[in-house]
Amino acid sequence: MGSSRKIEILVGTFVLLGLIAFVLMALNISNLTSLSSDKGYSVTAHFDNIGGLRPRAKVTLSGVKVGRVTKISYDKESFRAVVTMTIDSNINYLPEDTQASIYTSGLLGEQYISLEPGAEDAVLKDGSNLSLTQSAVVLEEVIGKLMVSFTSKN
Amino acid sequence: MLNALQHIGAFTLETLSNLGRACIFLFQVMLGIKSTLLRPRLLIRELYSVGVLSLLIIIFSAIFVGMVLSLLGYVTLVDFGAESSLGVLVSLSLVRELGPVLSALLFSGRAGSALTAEIGLMKATEQLASMEMMAVDPVRRIITPRFLAGCISLPLLTVIFMSLGIYAGYLVGSVWLGVDEGSFWSQMQTKVEFGHDVINGIIKSLVFGFVVTWIAVFQGYNAMPTSEGVSRATTNSVVYSALAVLALDFILTAIMFVT
Repeated sequence: MGSSRKIEILVGTFVLLGLIAFVLMALNISNLTSLSSDKGYSVTAHFDNIGGLRPRAKVTLSGVKVGRVTKISYDKESFRAVVTMTIDSNINYLPEDTQASIYTSGLLGEQYISLEPGAEDAVLKDGSNLSLTQSAVVLEEVIGKLMVSFTSKN
Repeated sequence: MLNALQHIGAFTLETLSNLGRACIFLFQVMLGIKSTLLRPRLLIRELYSVGVLSLLIIIFSAIFVGMVLSLLGYVTLVDFGAESSLGVLVSLSLVRELGPVLSALLFSGRAGSALTAEIGLMKATEQLASMEMMAVDPVRRIITPRFLAGCISLPLLTVIFMSLGIYAGYLVGSVWLGVDEGSFWSQMQTKVEFGHDVINGIIKSLVFGFVVTWIAVFQGYNAMPTSEGVSRATTNSVVYSALAVLALDFILTAIMFVT
């Protein structure tokens, strides 16, 4: 009886340790809030060029993360890339003429979408489309333009 | 020439029949799950010998793996002035890869081999046959509790491995090497996603736990009832588990993390 009790206590400790580690992983190491951010509304935006944007890239508002890119596809009618992003449901006051731009964090960092609020009274809803967009800056294009401007001066 | 062909054919046929026996065996084991869950006393006893006794090696290696990862990561990252990403490096590599894989390998060495040897020896000393004589199904009484205990223990051990490893990495990185504590944790928290990274790591460990214990109990049950057969089964159990874990890890990583 005594040894069976000891074994049960040890197994209980083991399972408890595992659960504590799991909760630690959830709260301390990862951001569980990203789970709740999935419960937002989704808007789409058309870009001429998305550069190296990937699904699950972050969507920011003045640098504050407010959502994530969920899907990237190609629209064969307008010949542009369609980026679908989910924005947290508590950010429900963005004007309809909000502009979406693709930026790079740091010189070689990953690419993300930055939103700049416009001035309209109507706000973005689920399924809205952002018409004002600014494509990603592709380094080769910039270098190409610089080369052209340098050579044309001479 | 014909002899060589015959060898190849015989090898293929034997491998196939082993695989088939393993699948039937797995099915029989699954059938016993209900009766094991109704009498959890046997399961708790096995959880002790499979899980609790593996804790020491898991804790020990987690601490050292985390410390080494942090130390080497720091040496490399500091050249680029990116040592604030140390937390991301340590946590992502532990959560996605090293945690599940290393715990599965350690688990197969510590618990899987013990399971195989125990069951193989029971077969060699005809304990399984005598149980059948007493109308006790040896698969339900002996194998299923051990199989379930393995499937439950490995994910728990993996989660313990991950969090201890990350904490050990924090101790080396922040306390010893002086990486800023705030950026260590905050960068980790923004880059590690619970739904993507942590959950997929745990799914990996569930798969590994299933495969490793399956191989271990099958090798034991299928062992030749001699001392040589038991020793060969134990070796096979560890070798096959390691190969299966590494190959499965590649496939799972390709499915989960490569978009």
